[in-house]
Amino acid sequence: MADYIAPVADIDFTLNQIVELDDVSKLDGFQHLDQDTIRGLISEAGRFYSEVIAPLNRVGDQQGSVLQPDGTVKTPDGFKEAYEKYVEAGWAAAHIPETYGGGGLPYTVGIVFQEMFKSANMAFSLCPLLTQAAIEALIAHGSDEQRDTYLGKLVTGEWTGTMCLTEPEAGSDVGALRTKAVRQPDGTYRLTGTKIFITWGEHDMAENIIHLVLARTPGSAPGTKGISMFIVPKYLLDDDGNPTIRNDVNVVSLEHKLGIHASPTCVLSFGDGGDGAVGYLIGEEQRGMRYMFTMMNTARLGVGIEGLAISEASFQKALAYAQERRQGRAIGAPVTETSPIVEHPDVRRMLLTMKAYIEAMRGLLYTTAKEVDLSRHADTEDERTRAGEIVALLTPVAKAWCTDRGVEMASLGIQIHGGMGYIEETGAPQHFRDSRIAPIYEGTNGIQAIDLVLRKLPMRDGEVVKELFAEIGRTAAELEAHDDFARFRTELSAGLQALAEASEWLGRRLEAGEYNEALAGATPYLEMFGTVTGGWIMAKSALAARQLLDAGGGDDAFLRAKLATARFYGEQLLPKATALLPAITAGTSTLYQADPAALGP
Amino acid sequence: MQVVVCAKQIPDPATPYELEPDTHLLVRPTEQILDDTDRYGVEMGLQLAQASEGTVTLVSMGPAGNMQGIRQALAMGADKAVIVDDPSLRGSDALTTARVLAEVIKREGFDLVIAGTESTDGYSGVVPQMVAELLGVPALTYATAVTAGDGSVTIHRQTAAGYDIVEADLPAVVSVTAGVVEPRYPTFKGIMEAKKKPVETLSVSDLGLEPDIRQKVVSVEPAPERQAGEIVEDDGEAYLRIVELLEKVKVI
Repeated sequence: MADYIAPVADIDFTLNQIVELDDVSKLDGFQHLDQDTIRGLISEAGRFYSEVIAPLNRVGDQQGSVLQPDGTVKTPDGFKEAYEKYVEAGWAAAHIPETYGGGGLPYTVGIVFQEMFKSANMAFSLCPLLTQAAIEALIAHGSDEQRDTYLGKLVTGEWTGTMCLTEPEAGSDVGALRTKAVRQPDGTYRLTGTKIFITWGEHDMAENIIHLVLARTPGSAPGTKGISMFIVPKYLLDDDGNPTIRNDVNVVSLEHKLGIHASPTCVLSFGDGGDGAVGYLIGEEQRGMRYMFTMMNTARLGVGIEGLAISEASFQKALAYAQERRQGRAIGAPVTETSPIVEHPDVRRMLLTMKAYIEAMRGLLYTTAKEVDLSRHADTEDERTRAGEIVALLTPVAKAWCTDRGVEMASLGIQIHGGMGYIEETGAPQHFRDSRIAPIYEGTNGIQAIDLVLRKLPMRDGEVVKELFAEIGRTAAELEAHDDFARFRTELSAGLQALAEASEWLGRRLEAGEYNEALAGATPYLEMFGTVTGGWIMAKSALAARQLLDAGGGDDAFLRAKLATARFYGEQLLPKATALLPAITAGTSTLYQADPAALGP
Repeated sequence: MQVVVCAKQIPDPATPYELEPDTHLLVRPTEQILDDTDRYGVEMGLQLAQASEGTVTLVSMGPAGNMQGIRQALAMGADKAVIVDDPSLRGSDALTTARVLAEVIKREGFDLVIAGTESTDGYSGVVPQMVAELLGVPALTYATAVTAGDGSVTIHRQTAAGYDIVEADLPAVVSVTAGVVEPRYPTFKGIMEAKKKPVETLSVSDLGLEPDIRQKVVSVEPAPERQAGEIVEDDGEAYLRIVELLEKVKVI
């Protein structure tokens, strides 16, 4: 079978039945985008990712990107040619505003493209993802001249971008970074320092790489407040605007990683050769961290998508294998036959678990993406603010909950294959290895949980969270009209009640200034939050599928499968949410009871 | 050069299909794709037209549905499309199809007509030759390479042994095999522009034709299960049996 087939029907159902993309398409600037056009774009893009990008996933894993003796980085066979096709086809630019030479699609459709790219080849997809972040930074904070100079080729994908934040002593604590930037009489800066974990920091697919670098100017405030952001191109532009002058940015080494081997993770040295690498300040000095925040939600959603994308790719392999592989005899099968393993209840359970979580993740991520569109384009200031609040609230949940599920689902994907799942040839182990980075980068999932509890829960005195809960409650009430959703409704209401209780408990700790008590339960709280909002999405899915089935004329088998996965989620996965309440409300009591030294051997 | 490419929308072979119980005809979904075979024809047409600053017109017959398949070909770069969609053409035989296509092609005018050798759903493999006959122009078939210009067209015609070089004066009809050229992927811009390109939908009466369909599907049987292969035990003389089998399938 093909390495990956874009799940166009599922995507279409999520966009139109759960997320109601029409709310975005009717806004100014998107009115030319009817459902058929969007469907056509998605299916053509899907074909491209499936036929051009997915076949390179395995070779990318095996060969990896390799540092050459001359300091360049060679990407795996076929990557350069495929990237060229990607740029030519114009997919890179599709969801950038038309003003900047993009295709002007909503962000929500852009996120669909991201999903397909990441399912096809996660390591490869990181190059455009980072470029996207650089584009957003320049659009939001660059000067007109900087936009004119750099945006055009970044948007087409002819140049790629990076985000250089991390240093050996500055990881989650960005404020500890030490890279130095000194202003020159001509207004440019000279940067010196070392950055690590720079994704696609050097490669052979584009004629120039635009690094966005966080650094400190002399005399700046300590911590995150004193950080500034700079453009540091690999090649500086000559008088004709051509990238011909090599800047002093060099790869020191590439990391040897558990997964995403095709993605070169670079140690970059700035200004090693003398006076420093030439950099151009974005906006004002000491505002770099604030600028970073404008990209944070979309960058985090982009990583959340990886949890979904890997699960989908892993599921497709597992399902195909389970249908083909015969082993043992299912209860009731003729004695003379061995059964395809998909007939065994435990294998069914694993497959349904994967499929149900995949649908819940897709719904949650696309819903958040739609709110991103509404926060930018809704008609009134009030609607935009409201949408922005939902984005802020759901982003840490979407990032952490989906990437945690991604690792779990990739692991289930292996389990379904049995012994073969442990063998690299099946491709299942690669998904597992690739998935493992997503809970770590772009803010670890622990940090997402802190963000949810400390920053998001208290938004508008807790009203933002309460409004979402009320919305979930309304969907739960709609389930009441259908007998076969009775248990689903009970579980969704119970989950919601537990979530409200947990939120109140945490809220009280925060009010009392007992931050550590609240943070001790942050991770299980995020998991509960994700599980219940996933239930909300699946309830919407069930209601939509039921309505379409009753109306008739649709694809009945597809819709009945939607009902089955929704009910499976509601009745068998959602109940796990309430069980998290004791862990959330236990506070630090047991965590700090034992001396860490006493925990060791 | 004015190039006409015959293109067909078919149900996605990857999705389940249904036959009508009484007529045994395929139930056509609204959503259809461009027949993969035709991607080669469209690409070939685009390359020849682009080299001569010509145009590519798509000619199609069948239920239009939401035109997704036609839009895919337009997104690759074809200039316009004409599709004949008429209930009276349901279950059309190859000759009727050829008559309809030839009539549209005549109306549109052409230097060169390109078609796939056969469709992925019907597989009759005779329509291009029939169209040529009806248009009164030469048919050059099974092309694995095509060059055209200066009033003539030359192809490599695939044979069992290799290929023949076949040349004819234009206008002509050429049928191309899969792999004649590598079809391009539609670009994002191409897909957006395809929405605005002219697509004309005609009925049979618009063409002044009266369909005379003489083919009927009498019955449909499931394809026979694949038989188990033969196991040849080597008692020292197995090679004789293997040679015999290879001769039987005419590979030696």
